Amino acid sequence: MTTATSSVQHGPAASVSLARRGRPGGGRGWSPSPRRTPYAFIAPAVVLFAAVFLVPLGWTIYLSTQKTQVQGLGLGAGARKQVSAGFANYTAVFQDGEFWQSVLRALLYGCILIPVMLGLATVFALILDAQRVRFQRFGRIAIFLPYAVPTLIGSMIWGMMYLPAFSPINSTLHALFGVQGIDFFGQRTVFLSVANIGVWGGTGFNMMVLYTALRSLPQEAYEAARIDGANERQIALRIKLPMIRPAVIMTAIFSTIATLQVFNEPYAMHQISYGGVSTTWTPLMTVYRDTYTANDIYLGAAESVVIALLMFVLSVAVLRLTNRQIFGGEAR
Amino acid sequence: MSIGALTIASQGTAPAKPRRAALVPTAVLLLGAVYALLPIAWVLIAASKTNTQLDSYAAFRPGGSFLANFRNLTSYDGGVFWTWMLNTALYAGGGAILSALVSALTGYGFAKYRFRGKGFLFTMILVGMLVPAVVLAVPQYLLVAKIGLANTYWAVLIPSIISPYGIYLARIYAGASVPDEVLEAARMDGSGEWRTFLRIGVPMMVPGLVTIFLFQFVAIWNNFLLPWLMLSSENKYPLTVGLFTLLDAGTSQPALYTLVLLGSLLSILPLILLFFLLQRFWRVDLGAGSVK
Repeated sequence: MTTATSSVQHGPAASVSLARRGRPGGGRGWSPSPRRTPYAFIAPAVVLFAAVFLVPLGWTIYLSTQKTQVQGLGLGAGARKQVSAGFANYTAVFQDGEFWQSVLRALLYGCILIPVMLGLATVFALILDAQRVRFQRFGRIAIFLPYAVPTLIGSMIWGMMYLPAFSPINSTLHALFGVQGIDFFGQRTVFLSVANIGVWGGTGFNMMVLYTALRSLPQEAYEAARIDGANERQIALRIKLPMIRPAVIMTAIFSTIATLQVFNEPYAMHQISYGGVSTTWTPLMTVYRDTYTANDIYLGAAESVVIALLMFVLSVAVLRLTNRQIFGGEAR
Repeated sequence: MSIGALTIASQGTAPAKPRRAALVPTAVLLLGAVYALLPIAWVLIAASKTNTQLDSYAAFRPGGSFLANFRNLTSYDGGVFWTWMLNTALYAGGGAILSALVSALTGYGFAKYRFRGKGFLFTMILVGMLVPAVVLAVPQYLLVAKIGLANTYWAVLIPSIISPYGIYLARIYAGASVPDEVLEAARMDGSGEWRTFLRIGVPMMVPGLVTIFLFQFVAIWNNFLLPWLMLSSENKYPLTVGLFTLLDAGTSQPALYTLVLLGSLLSILPLILLFFLLQRFWRVDLGAGSVK
């Protein structure tokens, strides 16, 4: 419908102005031959894509099969050179307990973060779309607001709120209930502390994705249910929720990919937590340490490739699992 | 109350629902809002305290040193905080404008032309969306170092220009908002392809392009890992990296914590402002393409 109106409005006006400006004899400025035109449009993106994605990707894979060889005493230029390592770096990665611990930690972190974050996002989106709820505009803006806070800044703020010296959480708990302070950096609690930062920062965005999906549903579907006497909660759970499942799956996949890559939250927490979060707390932190601190780019590259493969497997698994849950009950 | 509504409706006496507020969902929504706003409120209050008040005052009792803290932050290290702010604006503003332009070109090209390799190229760019930043960050740095661009503005700007998500959205916007008939009419009138794009395509895509600009702006403003890897001199840092180094110094020099808190507060204000000014452009319609 928008298409029709805009062609009516813009069509004649646009062609008039162009006809006036168009000079005969091909003096229309740059205009590529029809066959090459589309390539001219997408060329900048393809070049940038190659430079920013493909070349680094290929290079990572190449680097992961290399190593440094020190010749003689390792002094002077040319004493260190890059030689093929075969799969030695990968063997090292697979035998590195610390690396796999960081992977497990990230998975555990994801198992806490994703259900809580997406659960909250779904509940809030359904509430925003429901009738007779007050403060919807305020709630929507307030819950979306943490999205405007850079993850690193948000992590620093939460990190300082966790600090025993001036934790507002602990002092409030103490004032209200007389409870002793929580140790936010304890071996187990630290998972919840970091996951909380992720929930806080990610709920609003996912809520907006799901809310947008809800708004695009045809209203007639629940008008009929309302006439039949369904209440808002029934409409939300039985009609709306099944209809936005594709959007929920999308957010689940994107969150899963983001989880294995988690860096900013634990990295900031590492700085604040007096060792509660180690330098190899998540896979990306391990890559960072090995590449920059330990200066072994080859091992870092192999770790990166392994993480990418894990992420791919995990995304496919999530996709299959969610698909089965949704369509498994369907008649075939 | 929901059971009440059900029984009333089933009795057929009152088809019109009672317009009372639904208390439980409203309460849940407000709780969520409090959770979301709490850390921001705490920073706002903490930024007004001196370092000793940070320890001694109750968490939500404001101090009176906001201006003093502001002066300290402004004069810290020769005013480097405002350099970080300017850098961030430059990275985010410049990167997002370029990103919206490249997305517009590419999305329009994919939506409005048929050509060989189209499906393959588009899929490749979409897969790029799924390639984790971790795999790219390290080799991107090594590449940039190799061509001598490490620790330059370009090292942060160039990787920020390409956004697979932006291209994906632009293709959807171009397909939905630029009618083929209008383009045909322009061609019949002798307009070149390039000019048709600039004069007709781009104006029709503007609302979508603003959305792409906004998301990319936020993404660059929030980015930490890329500038953290690429930059080594303090006067090129964006806010995230700068404040992180300040926090790092703060672990040995706690007086800096007040500056970190105030700096954090100031660093999120521009984005919050952008939120309210351009509210109608914040659309997050991931499934837009499948619906239309």
